Amino acid sequence: MSDDSRRLKPVDVVVVGGGWAGSIMAKEMTEAGRTVVMLERGPDRSTAGEGAYPASIDELEGNFRYKLFQDLSKNTVTIRNNASQTALPYRRMAAFLPGEGVGGAGLHWSGVHFRMPPDDLRLRSRVIEKYGAKFIPEGMNLQDYGVTYEELEPFFDKAEKVFGTSGEAYKVNGQVVGQGNVFAPSRSDHFPLPPLKDVYTAHLFRKAAEEVGFHPYSLPAANASQQYTNPYGVQMGPCNFCGYCSGYACYMYSKASPNVNILPVLRRHPLFELRANCHVLRVERDSTGTRATGVTYTDADGKVVTQPAEMVILTAFQFHNVRLMLLSGIGKPYDPVRNEGVVGRNFVYQNVTTSVVWLDPKVETNQYIGAGGGGVAFDDFNSENFDHGPLGFVGGSPVWVNQAGVKAIAAAHSGGPPGTPRWGSAWKAGMIDTYRHSLRIDAHGANMAYRDVYLDLDPTWKDAYGQPLLRMTFDWKDNDIRMNRYVVDKIGNVAKAMGARNVHLTRREFGKPFDTRQYQTTHLGGGAVMGTDPQTSALNRYMQSWDVHNVFVIGANAFPQGTGYNPTGMVAALAYWAAHHIRTTYLAHPGPLAG
Amino acid sequence: MVSGGRQFLGINGSGFISSRRRFMQGLAGVAACGTVSASGTWAAAPPKAYTPVFFNAAEWNFLLAACDRLIPADANGPGALALDVPRFIDQQMTTPYAQGAQWYMAAPFVQGPDNLGYQLPYPPCDLYRHGIAGMNAHAATRHARPFAALAPDVQDDLLRAAEGGKLVFGDVPSAAFFDQLLANVMEGAFSDPIHGGNTGLGGWAMLGFPGARADFMDWVDRYGAHYPLGSVSITGETA
Repeated sequence: MSDDSRRLKPVDVVVVGGGWAGSIMAKEMTEAGRTVVMLERGPDRSTAGEGAYPASIDELEGNFRYKLFQDLSKNTVTIRNNASQTALPYRRMAAFLPGEGVGGAGLHWSGVHFRMPPDDLRLRSRVIEKYGAKFIPEGMNLQDYGVTYEELEPFFDKAEKVFGTSGEAYKVNGQVVGQGNVFAPSRSDHFPLPPLKDVYTAHLFRKAAEEVGFHPYSLPAANASQQYTNPYGVQMGPCNFCGYCSGYACYMYSKASPNVNILPVLRRHPLFELRANCHVLRVERDSTGTRATGVTYTDADGKVVTQPAEMVILTAFQFHNVRLMLLSGIGKPYDPVRNEGVVGRNFVYQNVTTSVVWLDPKVETNQYIGAGGGGVAFDDFNSENFDHGPLGFVGGSPVWVNQAGVKAIAAAHSGGPPGTPRWGSAWKAGMIDTYRHSLRIDAHGANMAYRDVYLDLDPTWKDAYGQPLLRMTFDWKDNDIRMNRYVVDKIGNVAKAMGARNVHLTRREFGKPFDTRQYQTTHLGGGAVMGTDPQTSALNRYMQSWDVHNVFVIGANAFPQGTGYNPTGMVAALAYWAAHHIRTTYLAHPGPLAG
Repeated sequence: MVSGGRQFLGINGSGFISSRRRFMQGLAGVAACGTVSASGTWAAAPPKAYTPVFFNAAEWNFLLAACDRLIPADANGPGALALDVPRFIDQQMTTPYAQGAQWYMAAPFVQGPDNLGYQLPYPPCDLYRHGIAGMNAHAATRHARPFAALAPDVQDDLLRAAEGGKLVFGDVPSAAFFDQLLANVMEGAFSDPIHGGNTGLGGWAMLGFPGARADFMDWVDRYGAHYPLGSVSITGETA
């Protein structure tokens, strides 16, 4: 520890990271009467500041200068496709866009708000029940979460009520109640708000999907379809489909964010203190190594500070949680050669490809109109909703039109149909035609976990604080490529039913490595997964470290494998689930919650 | 209106009159930078008087010429010069972005497979310096003239060669420079005019992008209807 380090007055709980998970945990711990310090490495942010109209309606700043995103100059990751390569730094934002600052990625996310499918929560068991253990490909680390949908349901429900989520239920308490997703499990209550209206392209997609025989439904969206007051008493305004969700703070206060839905209440709580611009270097442990004593961080002035605490809750973004565990020696690092150790194991991504459909030139698709979480999906090929037996792959993919608002610079970059030049008059004609008359359909697929896909610390590159960068070893595998290609073929049928004049089906290609230069999704997962076996999970089913019982780790890092759905709804439910067990059991009897 | 204009508007017959009026209004807004010929084609326009801050005279001449080829004025709308894209790029070069403030720029710089991304030690401003010098040197060697003095089709050939990574400027692969240039050209033509490009909202008008309107509450489910309002910028400029 350096000479200018300071030791602060102890608190009950330190929360590392000011996004959704951190805000939920801080709210729950203050409700339980605990003093909470939230440390956020980025600046303080608010909707009134960063979201103010019209200055916030600036695509260059939002999506191309990454105003609300992670400052890669200070800290990034290195990436390679396999262990024989030298991993190289992710120097410029491209494939994924982690957040930074108060609100985290929860300030600039889109708003798609799902519950995890019950079968996905016990995917290993389900696959073995249906197809036998031999169905699981060699090298795939397929696992269960160790928690069931029934156990999580009250927390999915709570998160939806806090977020003000818009959607249409299919079943409530076992009864069919509406036109929602026929594959979705029963709910204890309706969505807090009715679904958003379909934009034109989603409307056309819904009709065509029905015609083909699929089961379209409105995407559950944390973009308020009406005025709403959440259980904490904060208010949201109705979404006006402005098209500036992903990459922006919502000027309408319609998109749920920690900044709108939780922090206004938390900031006023006498037991809560927020410290922005504080970068946590490590979790400190006592001499036994089995108990955390607090965290050490660099503050806004560059001073190294130690904050003692009874409990440490890591709520940073997925891979930052994993890195902090590795830097702090919490849990055994994963060794891919021996397939032993747990921290860094089962690192997963999401398997997304976007196809484009051109409609008649008389049809204006108005792609600038949109809501980040809005749209229409079908789940006929997601999760275990279809028979994988004859197909020979594990995993699935929802298919959707999620028109979040395509803006001008993005349209210029997307250009025209494949084969069109990237510049000049031909580009111009193709790009304008595409922007005005096309729509995009995503196959938003799961990515399975594999023995040789993992996270560890990089041996060469360091962050601005002198600590090693996290290293990602990742590539696409044949199982996932075959899944994508099977589902994308179904998009072809829907496009035909839409009366497409031209269709470009985008399929993942065999032998084509993961490309860090192209945006795909920020839905990274795994690396410190939850489970019931300490040999294959870093966290028990209550998100508690198996090794250091007063450390809880909340995030998509807990997902044992990828899912076709967006992760935020699951992360929020896991936060409330963990908080419930901390409040009802751990605080009175600190110790391992599972043995 | 000529057929070129109709194609540019890309609308159905019923919305044509009001759109045409907007088109003419938009035209008035950019009259200083471009003119529409009788055939409906946007003519290449001399850039407005602007003294670059970052680029020297030789670099500026390259930038003007390259921008004019990357987004030429044609029947579909204004080109990069009328939209003041070079001015946008010059102004960007005075922001922290140009110094690579948001990029991870720690050594060592090790080159690897393309799919692992950009690994050069150069921030955007250096890519321009090296890349433009390289393009002009190549033009001088092959054609005995700087890039800006070449015929448009020769310029296009050189830009295509750079795009395809067929040229090397010292340790800067030409594709790295070209990608930087093209990305900034697109930004300049289609970002809010507050950043110095997209003059008269001409980029947005040709695309049919309403800009900072950001309120479609009444339009979200009017399926098939033509959205009647033109573009608006952050400062309230309309087209």
